[in-house]
Amino acid sequence: METLSFLAYAFDGLLCVSLLLIAWMSLASQNLFKAIVLFVTFGLLMALAWVRLNAPDVAMAEVAIGAGLTGALLLASLARLREISIVEIGTSNFKTNIHHTSYDVRWPLFIFLVILAMGLGYAIFSLPEHAVGLQKVVEENLERSGVSNPVTGVLLNFRAYDTLLEMIVLLVALLGIWALEDSIPHTKTILSSPVLDALTGLLVPLLILVAAYLLWVGAHAPGGAFQAGSVLGAAGVLLLLSGWQLRKIFSSFTLRFILVAGSALFLAVAALSMLITGRLLEYPPAQASSLIFMLESVATVSIGVTLITLFLSAFWEKEDKK
Amino acid sequence: MLDYATLILLILGAIFFFAGTLGLIRFPDVYTRLHALTKADNVGLGLIIAGLCLQAESWTIVGKLFLIWVLVLSSGATSAHLIAKSALHKGIPFWKR
Amino acid sequence: MQTFYLGLALFLLLNLVIGMWRILRGPTPADRMLSAQLFGTIAVAILLLLSQAMDNAALRDLALIFALLAALTAVAFVQRAWPKEDLEDDIA
Repeated sequence: METLSFLAYAFDGLLCVSLLLIAWMSLASQNLFKAIVLFVTFGLLMALAWVRLNAPDVAMAEVAIGAGLTGALLLASLARLREISIVEIGTSNFKTNIHHTSYDVRWPLFIFLVILAMGLGYAIFSLPEHAVGLQKVVEENLERSGVSNPVTGVLLNFRAYDTLLEMIVLLVALLGIWALEDSIPHTKTILSSPVLDALTGLLVPLLILVAAYLLWVGAHAPGGAFQAGSVLGAAGVLLLLSGWQLRKIFSSFTLRFILVAGSALFLAVAALSMLITGRLLEYPPAQASSLIFMLESVATVSIGVTLITLFLSAFWEKEDKK
Repeated sequence: MLDYATLILLILGAIFFFAGTLGLIRFPDVYTRLHALTKADNVGLGLIIAGLCLQAESWTIVGKLFLIWVLVLSSGATSAHLIAKSALHKGIPFWKR
Repeated sequence: MQTFYLGLALFLLLNLVIGMWRILRGPTPADRMLSAQLFGTIAVAILLLLSQAMDNAALRDLALIFALLAALTAVAFVQRAWPKEDLEDDIA
């Protein structure tokens, strides 16, 4: 085997093995903090895996969300758990209780999983070597979609229906978290450090700029609304972690308007397209690219604010609600 | 000629990354390990980026690479500072011989 | 040249895998956190090398995003998951 393909196989192979290893260690770890750090590393390696699979758009979303925001969210949740345990339970034992299941349950489960894995393996290996799928159809129709990046074309035009539902799902997730208010006060031990403030001052404007760049570049290169939105969310989370105080903002109309704006606009466009072209979410080709850009811009801000609000739920003080 | 320069710079960068990993594994306490990791950040990544800049097709790419290096530098330095400060507050002892 | 980039990327990935030992071992949470930081930097280097090897300019944007978000987890750790009050060691 020539060196190049050997190295490629070695790289991919090592990536696969370490992904599986980290996933297992993260789930099997009794120390919750260790599990979280392993999970963040898993997100990182997953992003590399997406890159090797030639899917940079997905890798971007994975980096921003998996390796950045989710890490911060999980750590904040762990801190919340700690507070709750101290206040209510009184013990500080944060190791997960791995009580040993009796053998009666584990062996059939294991056999079932092995059979499932074999079935999946067979399905994957029996796929044709170079599956063409819908690639040709997408390529032929790409100029009519208004963008030149096939991923954006599919997400925002050919399968805009899926993206609409994704945005609504994000909104519903936020509503679910809001519904789970609890009355235990949070402690706010914010380490204030001029170094951190300086870094935030450097990073946040750059993050906002990069979010705008990703939004714009999504039309012809990997990027797009979700990636830009998650970078924006990361900017907000960084601000929150540096001590930016948000007071009494959740009942404000502005926040709720922004949160809903993305999905609402999408729905409006869907309804409008229904009226104009008679089919759901089929854009007239002449206006397609401006429609897509408008949808993406509003979606970016909406997604970013949703992610920030998601994180904020781990940060509230009792008096700040309502 | 440019290729040879890139080769040398990249190999040197990789050596520093290896030094960083080695330090991470072998150094005796948190503070010393933080030192190791910032070496990989600054010099290791800096050399690799310098090597890649030589191969870049346009000045935009050089600018982007340089920006990446500056960002990793500042993030790395700040993270190291914050972690060390917290470790100090929590009273994690220094390693003494 | 391409072979060289891939080989170097492989070497860096190996470094990452070796470094995982510190996450498993590290007595204090700070040790685990700083390993995650190192992995972020290694990933940036791998991405830049892959962008040359796979000839994909978008990967540099990806490396940029990575570099920007590198500090986020560490800041979240310091601010939230590691407060100044004394807690028992079995948290680590």
